[in-house]
Amino acid sequence: MESFWRILGEAVGLILAWDSDLIEIVGLSLRVTLSAVAISCLIGLPLGAMVGAFRFPGRTAVIVMLNSLMGLPPVVVGLIAYLMLSAAGPLGPLELLYTPAAMIIAQTILVTPIVAALSRQVVEDCYREYAEQFDSLGVGPFDRVAALLWDARYSLLTVALAGFGRAVAEVGAVIIVGGNINHVTRVMTTTIALETSKGNLELALALGVVLLAIAVAVNGAVMTLRASAVRMAYA
Amino acid sequence: MPEAAFHMAAPALPMAADGPALLSARGLCFDAGGKRLIDGVDIDIRPGRRTVVMGANGAGKSLLLRLLHGLIRPTAGEVLWQGRPLDREGRLAQAMVFQRPVLLRRSVLANLRFALSVRGLPGPERRAREAEAMERSRLGDLAGRPARVLSGGEQQRLAVVRALACAPGLLFLDEPTASLDPGSTHAIEQLVGDAHESGVAIVLVTHDTGQARRLGDDLVFLHGGRVVETGRAADVLGAPRSEAARAWLEGRLDLGSPSASRA
Repeated sequence: MESFWRILGEAVGLILAWDSDLIEIVGLSLRVTLSAVAISCLIGLPLGAMVGAFRFPGRTAVIVMLNSLMGLPPVVVGLIAYLMLSAAGPLGPLELLYTPAAMIIAQTILVTPIVAALSRQVVEDCYREYAEQFDSLGVGPFDRVAALLWDARYSLLTVALAGFGRAVAEVGAVIIVGGNINHVTRVMTTTIALETSKGNLELALALGVVLLAIAVAVNGAVMTLRASAVRMAYA
Repeated sequence: MPEAAFHMAAPALPMAADGPALLSARGLCFDAGGKRLIDGVDIDIRPGRRTVVMGANGAGKSLLLRLLHGLIRPTAGEVLWQGRPLDREGRLAQAMVFQRPVLLRRSVLANLRFALSVRGLPGPERRAREAEAMERSRLGDLAGRPARVLSGGEQQRLAVVRALACAPGLLFLDEPTASLDPGSTHAIEQLVGDAHESGVAIVLVTHDTGQARRLGDDLVFLHGGRVVETGRAADVLGAPRSEAARAWLEGRLDLGSPSASRA
């Protein structure tokens, strides 16, 4: 127990000292995660909204598939992304393997189904209320999707938050396609795994504290925003 | 003979005769869950007339409005707008206000703007209509407020002016004052009256006989999905010929069988 507190103290010291390695790793983690979440939202939100708002043959199958893909094992995604990006793969010529771009791609594959599936549910609930009014006003398909995404924006923030949570805590996929290369593709989760195995618990724990702090801060910000939206009857 | 008349297969009902109809229903039927909910309704609605639809809960009033507005496809029969099958263009020439106003999670003004912008109105015309609607609704002071925090009466007023801002030839109102106090009801009736004076045809569902007298030129009484009586509102309300309408107006709880009720 004494050693835990000592290590925690040293970890906090690293954070307070603004350790350059730690800052670099946290910065890359945020860059990769936020990029992946942003791309996933660009794809997943309209996709989820369309599935939520429109009736088409095979819709149920699409919903089942999206829901199933929410549980994609990260290591499987990492392996698939690895095969696509490796020299012999279809995206090999892009030479993205072991770069942050490869990690963004892998996380995007992981997070997009989460964003699409959850936003489908959110939008469908909203659309149930709006459908007849939209029909009456003659709202076209594009305007329909845009209006639903805008009106459900505060609920969709929670969806993006779920995607962020999945991406920022993910280790299996990014370690396969990123390779955990120092100063290139080392992010918080992969560093924690590596430094723990090396016995460098101070850095691992410092990163763990930062990871938790980021998760709490992002959750707190989103929940505050949502609470004010609920008060204004916008959510 | 009323200018707007509603008729059905039963020959006893008065038939439309005067001028071309704005909206017609011919042999309209709607089935759901193995039951016939709307049964062979024929209706003609003429420009500028105010038509009240009455009947007990479950008679099919709201369903009929949705069928006439093209929100639901009929199982049989057809709806004609100016003599042609009702299409998107025809529906855009109509507007509907629901019993519970459906307002977007936006400000009062943004709700108006949305309805006008999806119709592709150019900016200056849209702004002019927004200003007119805000003035007409007396909601100008609340333009920036979230629409869903308004009182029930204000929300319904917004829903009505939003519908009217789209310049419809025909306005459907599905029990728009069902849960409103007298003051709010008066405000809605004023808006409806103003719209009528400017030439908009009105089809109004209500349970309120006072409102039917105030707002109705013509009246159609539905019972069990069938039109059992039509005529001038004052005549039907004053001396109903059908058993169902008579029972309804006398406040009896059992309106009897639909097939036995046709006047």
